[in-house]
Amino acid sequence: MAYSEKVIEHYENPKNVGSFDPNDSSVGTGLVGAPACGDVMRLQIKVSPQGLIEDARFKTFGCGSAIASSSLATEWLKGKSLDEAETIANSQIAEELSLPPVKIHCSVLAEDAIKSAIIDYRKKRAAVETLSEPPPVVATEKHA
Amino acid sequence: MSLKFPIYMDNHATTPLDPRVLEAMLPYFNSDFGNAASRTHVFGWRAETAVDAARDGIARFIGAESGKEIVFTSGATESDNLAIKGVAEYYGAKGKHVVTTTIEHKAVLDSCKRLEKEGFEVTYVPANKEGIVEPEAIERALTDKTILVSVMLANNEVGTIQPLEAIGAITKKRGILFHSDAVQGLGKTPFDVRRMNVDLASITAHKIYGPKGVGALYVRRSKPRVRLSAQMDGGGHERGNRSGTLNVPGIVGFAKACEIMEREGKEEAEKLRRLRDRLHHRFTSELDHVLLNGSLEHRLPGNLNVSFAFVEGEGLMMAIKDVAVSSGSACTSASLEPSYVLRSMGLDEDLAHSSIRFGLGRFNTEEEVDYVADLVIAKVKKLRDMSPLYEMHQQGIDIKSIQWAAH
Repeated sequence: MAYSEKVIEHYENPKNVGSFDPNDSSVGTGLVGAPACGDVMRLQIKVSPQGLIEDARFKTFGCGSAIASSSLATEWLKGKSLDEAETIANSQIAEELSLPPVKIHCSVLAEDAIKSAIIDYRKKRAAVETLSEPPPVVATEKHA
Repeated sequence: MSLKFPIYMDNHATTPLDPRVLEAMLPYFNSDFGNAASRTHVFGWRAETAVDAARDGIARFIGAESGKEIVFTSGATESDNLAIKGVAEYYGAKGKHVVTTTIEHKAVLDSCKRLEKEGFEVTYVPANKEGIVEPEAIERALTDKTILVSVMLANNEVGTIQPLEAIGAITKKRGILFHSDAVQGLGKTPFDVRRMNVDLASITAHKIYGPKGVGALYVRRSKPRVRLSAQMDGGGHERGNRSGTLNVPGIVGFAKACEIMEREGKEEAEKLRRLRDRLHHRFTSELDHVLLNGSLEHRLPGNLNVSFAFVEGEGLMMAIKDVAVSSGSACTSASLEPSYVLRSMGLDEDLAHSSIRFGLGRFNTEEEVDYVADLVIAKVKKLRDMSPLYEMHQQGIDIKSIQWAAH
């Protein structure tokens, strides 16, 4: 199987390999795939209070195309807002890496990983916001 | 001695031509180019003489009684087809049941599937987790309608050697024909059609440093005399068993390859075993979680099929791109299904995806083995650093307990 130069480049010099602390409130973690399928991606985003993705990390169990897809995804995520990041489509990843038909599913998994990380982050934010709201005011009768 | 790249360690897929084999073949391309079936002139006679000598040599190599028992074909795939379909068609009135194993080569499995489409029943006996088919399991599958048992001599993926002598004793007692795809084992482990009561055997040249495009089917002529329904019709070559002009240079090369194996095979097996064990030992002593797939004891000397847990096979092969090996990972197959051989041995799918097959051969050196060991170990470590599964394992998380949302 001949790999495109871009796949080889991402594979030999992957960008943003590593992990953030999943318990950090500014981090969203997406874990997709399954060992039985031969493809597992964990993609993490660090989001600023303004809702911009400051940084991203990935770790992947999978073939060269899977590793390249997830590496590329972390590169593209940096600097984007969450809404912008949600529009990243697998077709863009596949085109950028010139993935052959049999490897398209690797780009699909990368798109899933991005969305999964964003959902995780949003869920965490929602939970934090609920806790930081002031308790509801209960009206009390004033005694003259 | 300096290393030459790429390094070839995929000798189960094919082997390079031994220079002595090439030398033996050349005259039959340019000067002695006659058709072995040309009875009327010296070109034909010389070709026929060469072919007959080849027949006798190959017959002797496999313990057959005579060269008449060798039917030349285009390769073992054709031999497997001829054996299975040829026996089924000829003996089908006696019974329509065939017994084989789940770890056979596709040429056997797909020929059996074809029989099933034509009304035959086929029992696929599974291998145990060591990659070996037990004779008792074969015996249990036999019925009074069974006309053929087909079990390979050695498996191509994990190199495990099957107990043919024990199986042959069973089939002989029951009067059932016994075929073996002996492609991977020929010359590398003892194979004798008489001692093992094998009635038909498929062999090929290109796994023993001979040319591609030529193989043979051994067809027993006495006790019992095996008959076949020919699959290739035409000029009636090979006693009507297989029509088609003989590939004379290929046949000469095949016989030369057998002759070399006969003479040097034992010593070569020892050398390969040493090299294979050296490679294996490097992996297990410098990496954790390296699993050997299949029995170490009953295994071809040059085969090493291991799973590097937490690292995917194709990814690893890409990392060692100057070394030619293969993998049981789904990513390397067009169907995206992981190796059926490993699965039928009960290996978990994720470990099948992590498997790499090294096939050492005649031309591999100790220097190459050391280089490959260094490279693989370094790349496995690098890929494990990039693997979420390895990280989870190091944190003590049981990967099997996770609910994976597969896509």
